[in-house]
Amino acid sequence: MAEQNEESPAAQETAAALDPAAQKNAQLLDLLNRLFGADTFTDVEEPYGLLTVTTTRERIHDIISGLQQDQELQLNFLTTMCGIHYPENEGKELGMIYHLHSLINNIRLRIKIFFPIADPVVPTMTDLYSTANWMEREAFDFYGIIFSGHPNLIRILNVEDMDYHPMRREYALEDGTREDKTDLFFGR
Amino acid sequence: MAVNDTLEGTHKIIEEARAQQSKLNPLAPTVNDFNQELTTLNLGPTHPATHGIFQNILQMDGERIVSGVPTIGYIHRAFEKIAERRPFYQITPLTDRMNYCSSPINNMGWHMTVEKLLGVTVPKRAQYMRVILMELARITDHLICNGILGVDTGAFTGFLYLMEEREKVYEIYEEVSGARLTTNMGRVGGMERDFTDVAIQKLRKWLKEFPAVMAEFEKMFNRNRIFMDRVVDVGGISAERALNYGFTGPNLRAAGVDYDVRVMNPYSSYEDFEFEIPVGTKGDTYDRFMVRNEEIWQSLRIINQALENLPEGPYHADAPHYYLPPKQAVYKNMEALIYHFKIVMGEIEAPVGEVYHSVEGGNGELGFYLISDGGRTPYRLHFRRPCFIYYQAYTEMVTGQTLSDAIVTLSSMNVIAGELDA
Repeated sequence: MAEQNEESPAAQETAAALDPAAQKNAQLLDLLNRLFGADTFTDVEEPYGLLTVTTTRERIHDIISGLQQDQELQLNFLTTMCGIHYPENEGKELGMIYHLHSLINNIRLRIKIFFPIADPVVPTMTDLYSTANWMEREAFDFYGIIFSGHPNLIRILNVEDMDYHPMRREYALEDGTREDKTDLFFGR
Repeated sequence: MAVNDTLEGTHKIIEEARAQQSKLNPLAPTVNDFNQELTTLNLGPTHPATHGIFQNILQMDGERIVSGVPTIGYIHRAFEKIAERRPFYQITPLTDRMNYCSSPINNMGWHMTVEKLLGVTVPKRAQYMRVILMELARITDHLICNGILGVDTGAFTGFLYLMEEREKVYEIYEEVSGARLTTNMGRVGGMERDFTDVAIQKLRKWLKEFPAVMAEFEKMFNRNRIFMDRVVDVGGISAERALNYGFTGPNLRAAGVDYDVRVMNPYSSYEDFEFEIPVGTKGDTYDRFMVRNEEIWQSLRIINQALENLPEGPYHADAPHYYLPPKQAVYKNMEALIYHFKIVMGEIEAPVGEVYHSVEGGNGELGFYLISDGGRTPYRLHFRRPCFIYYQAYTEMVTGQTLSDAIVTLSSMNVIAGELDA
């Protein structure tokens, strides 16, 4: 590690350019900007080598459909999608995270969208991917995210008469009134 | 003999009733009109042929399936929610209970995810040990699936042969980790202990004996006329539909797509081994059966290579912050005691970040998406469970087929209820 730090920034850049994963991510980011415009994406990061972009729910359907049809990198495999809840992000409490994969070029892409919990409506992907059906039902079941256009948006894993969405952060896993388990030393 | 005791007699009665009714009201649907009437059939939740607790409400036209509504969630245990309150090492037992036919793969996949997050590099020996265990798990997973497929087609013998071999693999697990089914094997940073001599002996003995049993099983099934009549062209799916449905693993490969995580994104030194990825052509039950059989042979190849080239060296990473110190040291050494306490209490320092790691599970790409906010537990943990994703194609695959075809299709897809519902 120490040796790498001593290298000049230019040398580091060349090293990054030679790294095949970084190169692929740069190529993918270039394609995204070309197809959908650079202003569509915010928070472009590469945590652990996986290109992650954030966009809006208005654009998400276009982007995933555009990438599915794109012949250059062929990101046409929806690996998984899941919901997420950040209660402290005012106006962007809920989110959906999509993982796309190109089985031809072996590039992965993570797309995130965030939207207010008061209006949790996002477009469905079931018209593009049959696999989105149950994944979206799961996200609805866990987080109460409503997928407009979904053919059968009902709970999938929990019982139908459940009246809350259990993966939201306000539902603590254990009974909050219990005191015998309070840990005074570590504050949890 | 009464008139309605014979088939002709029954038909005659129906014909008479029909004729009488159409005379009274020509527009009303006739009684016993088998062309219009559908039967609702509950396949599950506790049907012996579903091999797990999930339900399919089928609309049957005689013996043919017209449509089906799957209901799942009967053993949903909210693992994703529970994981949000558990330190990393306490999540390993949760992963055991997803695909319980190949628990070691789930365990190792989870450890690798955490290691990726923490930036821990596992020594070569531990990586090879993990490969051996993961391939053993893949074999047991496929043995179950193909053995049960035999049972569902009426051939119980093959199942008994294979269960005996699976039992021997479980003894190897027991020797390595102390557990058999829900193994909780390995630790973040490597393995919990080295392979004992007994474990190596058992493994070598099994590697010598198993191929003969497997060859006998294949001889019984592969070209068996009765078996082939039951499974060829049954429950097929095209490569395009399979990809659209997010199929991975043997079910996708049976449809002709050679996607295997071990090759595309090698982990745990899979790049060191030579093996082939079998693919099918039609994606039907027979192809799935044959792909799994061939994968067992390929897994054996990998295990042999890994065992012969098992490197010397430590079996865990030198990462005192994350890997439990030896118990003897905890009693004598202050530092070891501190690390022990911190690790057990879940006070290890985890970086903020998000990581997706996937391994080739028994039935497809098993992915772990971990978001860490730097706390003692994951902020969010999502499991990409291959069963959950491909089981939704089941209705499409069996529509138009007979009920007995639906049973073998379900068997050959290897739907594990624990993974389906998580």
